[in-house]
Amino acid sequence: MRTRDGAIAFIVVAALLSIASALADGSGDPTAVKSEDGKYFDKQGNSTYKVQSDGTVDWYTYSGFVRYHSECHVCHGPDGMGSSYAPALIDSLKTINYGDFLGVVAGGRKNVNTANENVMPAFGTNKNVMCVVDDIYVYLRARANDAVPRGRPTKHEEKPEAAAKWQDSCFGQKS
Amino acid sequence: MRCISLTMGTVISAAALLAAGPLYAQSDLGKMAQNANDWVMPAKDYANTRYSTLNQINTGNVGKLQVAWTFSTGVLRGHEGGPLVIGDVMYVHAPFPNTVYALDLNNDGKILWKYEPKQDPSVIPVMCCDTVNRGVAYGDGKIFLHQADDKLVALDAKTGKPVWSATNGDPKKGQTGTSAPLVVKDKVLVGTSGGEFGVQCSLAAYDINSGKLVWRGYSEGPDDQLLVDDKTTALGKPIGKDSSLKTWEGDQWKIGGGCTWGWISYDPQLNLVYYGSGNPSTWNPVQRPGDNKWSMTIWARNADTGVAKWVYQMTPHDEWDYDGVNEMILSDQQIGGATRKLLTHFDRNGLGYTLDRETGELLVAEKFDPKVNWTTGVDMNKNSANYGRPAVVSKYSTQAGGADHNTTGICPAALGTKDEQPAAYSPETQLFYVPTNHVCMDYEPFKVSYTAGQPYVGATLSMFPPAGETNMGNFIAWDGKTGKIVWSDPELFSVWSGALATAGGVVFYGTLEGYLKAVDAKTGKELYKFKTPSGIIGNVMTYQHGGKQYVAVLSGVGGWAGIGLAAGLTDPHDGLGAVGGYAALSNYTALGGQLTVFALP
Repeated sequence: MRTRDGAIAFIVVAALLSIASALADGSGDPTAVKSEDGKYFDKQGNSTYKVQSDGTVDWYTYSGFVRYHSECHVCHGPDGMGSSYAPALIDSLKTINYGDFLGVVAGGRKNVNTANENVMPAFGTNKNVMCVVDDIYVYLRARANDAVPRGRPTKHEEKPEAAAKWQDSCFGQKS
Repeated sequence: MRCISLTMGTVISAAALLAAGPLYAQSDLGKMAQNANDWVMPAKDYANTRYSTLNQINTGNVGKLQVAWTFSTGVLRGHEGGPLVIGDVMYVHAPFPNTVYALDLNNDGKILWKYEPKQDPSVIPVMCCDTVNRGVAYGDGKIFLHQADDKLVALDAKTGKPVWSATNGDPKKGQTGTSAPLVVKDKVLVGTSGGEFGVQCSLAAYDINSGKLVWRGYSEGPDDQLLVDDKTTALGKPIGKDSSLKTWEGDQWKIGGGCTWGWISYDPQLNLVYYGSGNPSTWNPVQRPGDNKWSMTIWARNADTGVAKWVYQMTPHDEWDYDGVNEMILSDQQIGGATRKLLTHFDRNGLGYTLDRETGELLVAEKFDPKVNWTTGVDMNKNSANYGRPAVVSKYSTQAGGADHNTTGICPAALGTKDEQPAAYSPETQLFYVPTNHVCMDYEPFKVSYTAGQPYVGATLSMFPPAGETNMGNFIAWDGKTGKIVWSDPELFSVWSGALATAGGVVFYGTLEGYLKAVDAKTGKELYKFKTPSGIIGNVMTYQHGGKQYVAVLSGVGGWAGIGLAAGLTDPHDGLGAVGGYAALSNYTALGGQLTVFALP
């Protein structure tokens, strides 16, 4: 009896997992369930993207596109697609979660051996990255889930007042 | 800034060499460059022609070319530059960790010695756009290596043992080394990379025997840092006091870029060295009002003192990242019935310039890709207040657009109509053979803050081929006297390999897919191609050994090309969902690191 229950439970869990993995990235289900001041969150409270049916993206996805293509694309290639130099983040984000992402961006990463010399710098002290790291995450999460295509999002929501306020205080200057 | 390590043995050998006198070294190297069998400096000769008088391989037989031998560098990164050949030895370099090999040409390329510096891998991400290195230099029995961590090391050419090392810059402040040094008389010249890290860049000269710094000329700053005097001119007129400081706001020049990671040439008669300075930092033009002198400038400096004789700023107040670092090719040709000492330069900004290299007089400035649209051309009227300035089309001005505005459809893209990949010049055809990019961009600048050792970019860009076209590169023949394209071969991808011209009437270049191609110097007709294991961003060279001519090139895709083109480009103006409209380089080639040497059967 016990064994059988366990087996059933296992099957159910496995089925749930397979459904979940079809919809999820490294941080779980990216579906936005709530929004605060123009920023969207999934059911676990992680930052996420919101794309309306006409293709309009939320501000943070758009801002993330802009910042990614200044700070990140010189190694990780356009649109998170990777390069001869660094991995495709649209794939990485399928497995690493929000916390890991923040950790790697702030602390850097080294993978140096006889076949690889991949080194990512620590951006922890770089305001141009850290002040907008959530934006970059949201953009890459959208890319990893194929929610936005390559290239510049053509339509986006207005810049929320909260975003402007945050940037002014984080950068310590009018942005 | 500098640290020198000398062993007892090197002090003695340096003293012995001093007794022989530095003059011996200089005339020796200039003479060696004329020996067609060898390839003793990065661009073949001081004039940077990349032209060889070897003619065993010619238009009639190049189609029969075969691979003679190959060599793996053991590194899988972008391989720029090319090997040197001196007598029976070939010197091959690699990207980070900057391994150098001496190969015995008498013994199937057996490794005579190998040098691998110990470098902190944390320099890797400070190198914008891959861990490339553009090659070593030879002089006075030594091989000079400009390491990624901006150290300049002298190795004994016979043993590979370090003789001295000098610290040119600090990677923690964003200073790195990617360029090939050039030996001029008793000095080793070397530049700095770091334009995307807010470095104040310079060209430095080190004593060939001791590694001691002799002079350092900055691209921007006060006159004593620039190494200019009251005789320094721009377009025939003295530049005057504080010529650089007056064109920057506040202290921005201290993080002003103007990096010097390109090629250096030298005219022994005039005793002038020539090179270009790169983009001003940041990429956001709104953040640095003024002309930002002397970024984006052609420099002519006295080889002994470093003092500038003349300067010419090609792109005042850059708004597009059009670094001015590309090579300066020196030729003597007839213009207006008189033989002129010329300097020809193919700039990232899409203009091919010909100047008088003695005076810095501007003779020709024409587009070498008809798609260049950011300017209508350079004002050539000597009486005009704007003499020598490019007229900027306001529609494509990212300054006019302002911060947080996306300026669209600018040609060329930030990688330029041509990047560092050096062109060749044949005195027989009097044509330049130029590898080019055929890519446009959208550019949106925004405000950034500076942190030492961190990227300092401040613009978002996306790149795509010109409207209605699918080829992202061309290989062209250019008449520098008139500023006209003579022929143009379209290429699927940017041509990111240095060209080689030969007396056999054949011009060679590599492609990003990995082909080595040979074309007719007169017509551009393709005569031969062979697909090497990885994309070519190295420079083709030739040498003769045992009476046989060889052609050699490094494969190993990477650099800006490997980053921008690996996944393919999309045209953002095709609207939503237009994905994969253009070829992705990753569908054609993968990482590699190999030297391929060709010969006739």
